[in-house]
Amino acid sequence: MLSRVADSCYWLSRYIERAETNSRLLHVNMNLMLDLEDADHDSVREHWQPVLASLEDQELFNTLYDHIDGESVMEFVTFEKKNPHSIISSISSARENARTVREQISSEMWEHLNKLYLYLRSEKARADYRSTPHDFYRSIIDGSHLFQGITDATMTHGEGWDFIQAGKFLERADSTSRVLDVKYHILLPQGERVGGSVDLTQWMAVLKSCSALEAYLKIRVGHVTAWDVAEFLILHPTFPRSIRFSVDNMDRAIHRISGSGISGFHNEAERLSGQLRANIDYATIESVFEVGLHQYLDRTQLRLIEIANKLSKTYCEWLDESADAA
Amino acid sequence: MQGMFTDYEVGGFFDEMFDSAGKVRPHYAKLLARFADMDPAEFERKTVLAEHSYLNQGITFTVYSGDEGTERIFPFDLIPRIVAAKEWEHIERGLAQRLTALNMFLHDVYHEQHIIKEGIVPADIVHSAKHFRPEFMGFDVPKNIYIHVCGTDLIRDGKGDYLVLEDNGRCPSGVSYLLENRQAMKRVFPGLFAKYGVRPVDRYPQELLAVLRHIAPNDNPDPTIAVLSPGIFNSAYFEHSFLAREMGIEIVVGADLIVQNQRVYMKTTHGLKQVDVIYRRIDDDFLDPLVFRKDSVLGVPGLVDAYRAGNVALANSIGTGVADDKATYYYVPAMIKFYLGEDPILPNVETFLSAVDSDRKYILENIANLVVKSANESGGYGMLIGPHATKEQIEKFRQAILADPRGYVAQPVISLSRSPSFCDGDIEGRHIDLRPYVLCGEKISIVPGGLTRVAMKKGSLVVNSSQGGGSKDTWVLDEEDESPAPVQSQSQSSSIPA
Repeated sequence: MLSRVADSCYWLSRYIERAETNSRLLHVNMNLMLDLEDADHDSVREHWQPVLASLEDQELFNTLYDHIDGESVMEFVTFEKKNPHSIISSISSARENARTVREQISSEMWEHLNKLYLYLRSEKARADYRSTPHDFYRSIIDGSHLFQGITDATMTHGEGWDFIQAGKFLERADSTSRVLDVKYHILLPQGERVGGSVDLTQWMAVLKSCSALEAYLKIRVGHVTAWDVAEFLILHPTFPRSIRFSVDNMDRAIHRISGSGISGFHNEAERLSGQLRANIDYATIESVFEVGLHQYLDRTQLRLIEIANKLSKTYCEWLDESADAA
Repeated sequence: MQGMFTDYEVGGFFDEMFDSAGKVRPHYAKLLARFADMDPAEFERKTVLAEHSYLNQGITFTVYSGDEGTERIFPFDLIPRIVAAKEWEHIERGLAQRLTALNMFLHDVYHEQHIIKEGIVPADIVHSAKHFRPEFMGFDVPKNIYIHVCGTDLIRDGKGDYLVLEDNGRCPSGVSYLLENRQAMKRVFPGLFAKYGVRPVDRYPQELLAVLRHIAPNDNPDPTIAVLSPGIFNSAYFEHSFLAREMGIEIVVGADLIVQNQRVYMKTTHGLKQVDVIYRRIDDDFLDPLVFRKDSVLGVPGLVDAYRAGNVALANSIGTGVADDKATYYYVPAMIKFYLGEDPILPNVETFLSAVDSDRKYILENIANLVVKSANESGGYGMLIGPHATKEQIEKFRQAILADPRGYVAQPVISLSRSPSFCDGDIEGRHIDLRPYVLCGEKISIVPGGLTRVAMKKGSLVVNSSQGGGSKDTWVLDEEDESPAPVQSQSQSSSIPA
């Protein structure tokens, strides 16, 4: 397939996943606020700041708004066009990429994404956001799920689909690690060993941000600890938003692209992705905490970035060349 | 007239649906029965329904204002334009005759130039045409076909006769609207089609693909074919991608292609893949910066070299613009006579060529009553409609004609036929034209119908989408459906599930 097309499939999928992650973060955080009684200015700030930190958009935010509160953060992450990672920017970018590969993806995929885009830019979206924000964020999350479902059901599971899977799971592994990382910073009381007592509500919020609470409770039966939550979100083999599950599926997709078997490697992307997968497959939560949770997550994010770079280098290097020439 | 058509006026024009006495024409009778008992609110709802489906599918063009583009749809009118089978048969023969002659003309002007030597077309008209490509003198194009896709604009005069207004032999656009309009109509009025015997149009992409396969170099039985588009910012991008999807081939932009050893390759995830046939939707000027415009970033360096070497085929061929030049148009009837020994089946609109002394004199004396067109512009630009123009505009064109006699043609104002159209909650007559798409491969084929464009503004004669025009679905009827429809009772027509 054309390198440009592969690149667009990969990115359109990443952007949709990103919009979903953002919607989920805001949705959960908004819910959490309702549980905080008599929140003063500082606690509101404390509460919303991590959202910005996890999206790594703090600096841009500071140039656009003078203080951190629910309204400004939600506006910034949802509708701010100057924020390249906002929900509206992500959906616009996804749609722009889809537009360039319309003949490659199914009409159903395109129409669904286009409707989502038109909705987000409509007056109705604004009105829904004001009157029923829960439903609003739910509809974006549903929109993302629907898109991936339509993709599975209507697009040939060939190379383009593999790039879509690679993008989706790479983005997802990255976002789960960020959500966990940020909460780790905030939730760890001064001088306290990780794994000590933490606020139950906060850790439940972390799980909710990954749609993981119900799945977690089935396994841990009402026992919510930092240690267990981290183990679940990093290492669970079959929960679809755990880092391990995401990396497994990303690696499978990357190996399918070259057509080589799942073992071994034929290019750098495959080698790095296989290596990361093996590391996580054979990790224990003890070994993670030995390295340090933050260090471990940080390293994972860097490895994901490197895999993304190599993927682009292997399959789409022409694009860089023509960019250099221009 | 009945129902919503009660107050309809044909207004002294040739009306597609009603005769001058206001009696419905036989091939429109069933439509009238179906539409007459609808109310404007229902009509409005259906229009919105149709327009929504365009918006959701992203069948839009972008209007830029400020830092952000707004996407608009082309206005779509729900009242179809219906062409009776006999009329279509006539049109079809005329279009095939015309394209055959144009292709013969192109071969001739790029080879022996018999038509010039015999004094039929002046050498100057050919050689001074903006899109004449002397670089391709003596070059043999694959299968000797120059224009593979021709969009011929037809109008009907006050008597209802079909006339050719212009030929578009470079990169005619709009065929996706022809196909999408049909889809929209089927969605909005599903019941009408089964009863009416409307000939289907959906085979167009497959026929185009057959043409592209036909011209593959070395008769390659399994050629790689791509649509070359300027990219997503081009207003016709939707169409490029639509056709690629319907044909199951790749859409590429210039940056996706590279030329090595006089061969064209696509850059793929598994290395370079050779391309055999390119359906290009980029004008000659932008195709190859090494040969034509140096500043083109849309094209592919070396593409023309690969084309000359016979390693890639292009549709349409390079240099076809000399045939759809407005000055050349003047000579098409003579061309048909010269190459085919036949009289033109579809006549030209009466045309005066300012390059011809007697014609120029006539134009300058009668400019206020004429439509003057720049020979090299299309899309309704560079045009003067005398009766609607100010003194200053007329003077400007007069000077322009004197300065560049080769550059202008003039035609009498034709009162284009009108079709009932739904405008602002009411049905009124609007002027229309018709652009059928003529394909030339192993043989000439034309999907029944074409794109009917409507001048949505009251009284306007300009149908171009860039100038506020809309479009309609165009129905060509099956032979057996010609008989006048029985008078339908209310109960019958309301039983149509539309």
